[in-house]
Amino acid sequence: MQTVWFGLVAFMLTAYVILDGFDIGAGILHIVVAKTNDERRLVLRTIGPVWDGNEVWLIAAGGTLYFAFPALYASSFSGFYLPLTIVLWLLILRGLGIEFRAHVNNTVWRGFFDGAFSLSSVLLAIFFGAALGNVIRGVPLLANGYFFEALWTNWRVGPHPGILDWYTVLCGAVALITLAIHGAHYVAMKTTGEVFEKSGRLASRLWIPLVVLTAASLVATLSIRRELLANYFRHPVLFVVPVTVVVALAWMRRATRCSNYTHAFWASCLYLAMMLAGAAAALYPNVLPASTDPAYSLTIYNTATGNYSLTLGALWWSFGMLVAIAYFVFVYRMFRGKVSLGKDEHGY
Amino acid sequence: MDSVLLVHRLHFAFSVTFHYLFPQLTMGLAPLLVVLKTIALRTKDERYNQAARFWARIFGINFVVGVVTGIPLEFQFGTNWAHFSRLTGGVIGQPLVMEGVFAFFLESAFLGLFLFGEERLGPIGHWWAGFAVFVGSWLSGFFIITADAWMQHPVAYQRMPDGSFQVTSFWGVLLNPWAQLQYAHNMSGAVITGAFAMTAVGAFYLLNRRYEEHGRIFVKVGVIAGVIFSILQLFPTGDAHGRFLAKNQPVALAAMEALWKSQRGAPVVLIGQPDVERERIDNPVAVNKALSFLTYGSFGAEVKGLDAYPKEDWPENIPLLYFSYHIMVGLGTIFMVVMVVAILLLWKGRLFRARWMLWILLLCVPLPYIANTAGWLTAELGRQPWLVYGLLRTAEGFSPTVSSGNAWFTLLGFMGIYTVLAIFCLFLVLRVIAQGPAPATNVALGKVATQEP
Repeated sequence: MQTVWFGLVAFMLTAYVILDGFDIGAGILHIVVAKTNDERRLVLRTIGPVWDGNEVWLIAAGGTLYFAFPALYASSFSGFYLPLTIVLWLLILRGLGIEFRAHVNNTVWRGFFDGAFSLSSVLLAIFFGAALGNVIRGVPLLANGYFFEALWTNWRVGPHPGILDWYTVLCGAVALITLAIHGAHYVAMKTTGEVFEKSGRLASRLWIPLVVLTAASLVATLSIRRELLANYFRHPVLFVVPVTVVVALAWMRRATRCSNYTHAFWASCLYLAMMLAGAAAALYPNVLPASTDPAYSLTIYNTATGNYSLTLGALWWSFGMLVAIAYFVFVYRMFRGKVSLGKDEHGY
Repeated sequence: MDSVLLVHRLHFAFSVTFHYLFPQLTMGLAPLLVVLKTIALRTKDERYNQAARFWARIFGINFVVGVVTGIPLEFQFGTNWAHFSRLTGGVIGQPLVMEGVFAFFLESAFLGLFLFGEERLGPIGHWWAGFAVFVGSWLSGFFIITADAWMQHPVAYQRMPDGSFQVTSFWGVLLNPWAQLQYAHNMSGAVITGAFAMTAVGAFYLLNRRYEEHGRIFVKVGVIAGVIFSILQLFPTGDAHGRFLAKNQPVALAAMEALWKSQRGAPVVLIGQPDVERERIDNPVAVNKALSFLTYGSFGAEVKGLDAYPKEDWPENIPLLYFSYHIMVGLGTIFMVVMVVAILLLWKGRLFRARWMLWILLLCVPLPYIANTAGWLTAELGRQPWLVYGLLRTAEGFSPTVSSGNAWFTLLGFMGIYTVLAIFCLFLVLRVIAQGPAPATNVALGKVATQEP
């Protein structure tokens, strides 16, 4: 049952990264690909009706973690106290950037919220990447199952690292480029004209950095924690995951070349899903490895809640999620197709 | 009090109090929006659709602030109250996930459709989108109250050898009697906020002699909802909740009433300042024997005072608890009086011309916010010194590795951000009110369209 819930939490986080990933990505390139007010309104319209729903996946994932693995939730949320709080501040800033911008027709007002939206999106991407980096690298867990990590210490990977060290910053950079390219595919898929052209160009220009950073992060991960390959050698079928990452990258290139951004978008979804699946497969059954002593590592077994809750939870949770997915399909269908600036349609 | 504990408590108290200023309005407006949409659908009167769009704009602004201040709460269980989360995740986690899975997805998906999709959906589809937003927001309220109710009145649990709690009955947690009483009382309180807000904007337009047709709609719908729910707020929901509290948290009741000594024929103190050091009430205005009657239905019944309980089980902040409770009850009574007078004038057809009453309705707008906040302070201060009533003390719940310096850092950060947020939100809502539910301008569905030169 713990394994099932490990899969469900991983699924929720992956769904969150893919869905909110494209609207964070749209934020990263908001002030780059869209220069005039009309262009920026167009970018906002692509994500306007969906960004809030996408963010609910984060809340639901946090809640699911709390429910299924309370000890992990308690340890990681208090240990990552400062970066998590900063992420919350950035999420607030970003929500306001999107929603408050259109309310006042004034250049300074709009400029402020455009800047807030872009800056918070960039920093969120970096923080989310660094967060994943911390989970892979391990944290200084104590015997009581808790830890506290400063934002930075000496920038080295060691038994007492900070949130930011060279490895997690590298992960942050991977996340920034990945979400930028993912957002560019989405914006290109949903728009026409100048914004379409610029996002498409940006997507193809970011492809080589993405490949380089993906390879670099793989090498770096294996150099700091070779044991992450153990699961792969035990179950060689898992090597399908990294192979699919390569396939996704190739597909992305091909689709961008023929300006088919719907395919490019699906390719970047696949890329994100496989990168996260690869990390989850490498970590299992650990969920938060200890950099201090492997015996202190948190696993799905020493952090899960009781079996009654987990078994019954699997039933109502699956039912609820199926309904939620149905809403999402419905909403995305209602808002399918390219967006335009028709006056009477949206408010952004 | 230990300073680490104090700052973690302030942190949560500040975040949750600020947050709840917004959902109480959105949860209160949601059913009123459904009412406006229903009337519009049945009478084909376009003014009701304009009224619904106007309130949807205010709803949208408040909803955004509610969302962005709500996410931190879901995280703060873990960041600031890690030990509590570790021990209770098996129970509290359940309603919290259910809130995300069953309520937030519904609400966020259909709010997008409600605000942006009026043309695509058509009138009936749009009505359903509004209805789904209402159901989503009220479900979300139910689940979060279930979580709080379990802390107030733990049921259907089993304590494990490591001190953690596990659910023994899925329905037991959801159907906690405390949750039902608290939910009814709380949602009624939210509708009061929504109704007073709608009435106040309507009164403002009528006093201002602008948008008078819409102003009359707002006042009429607001006053009818207001009178129903301000009566329900006192009876039966408040009364039943109070009796249940008297049975299950008698020490909290004694502190709320500042009843130091157990006595037969206990009085209700209407006004007066509790003096904790000397265990008395200064400047009291009291109704003799009323507390015994309200609690047990008999003027001679004995009500236990604080002296019946060990001091370490007393709520820590008796004056604040006492005042919160008295402010809540006092304002609740005022709401009922104001709304009953207003509905009588409405019935006689004089309300729209009675400027003195319109002034009162306008000036009442902050009071429901104060009453709802005071109500929650009463519930949560009354629960002290426990996190899980009778089982886990507040001092045992906070994060062991987060220093008070780090907690102050984030608390001050939240205070700064929320101040800015409040200013923006108020500015935008006032701006929507100033623009009015104008039919002439090409207003977008949910947002003000920016017309480019």
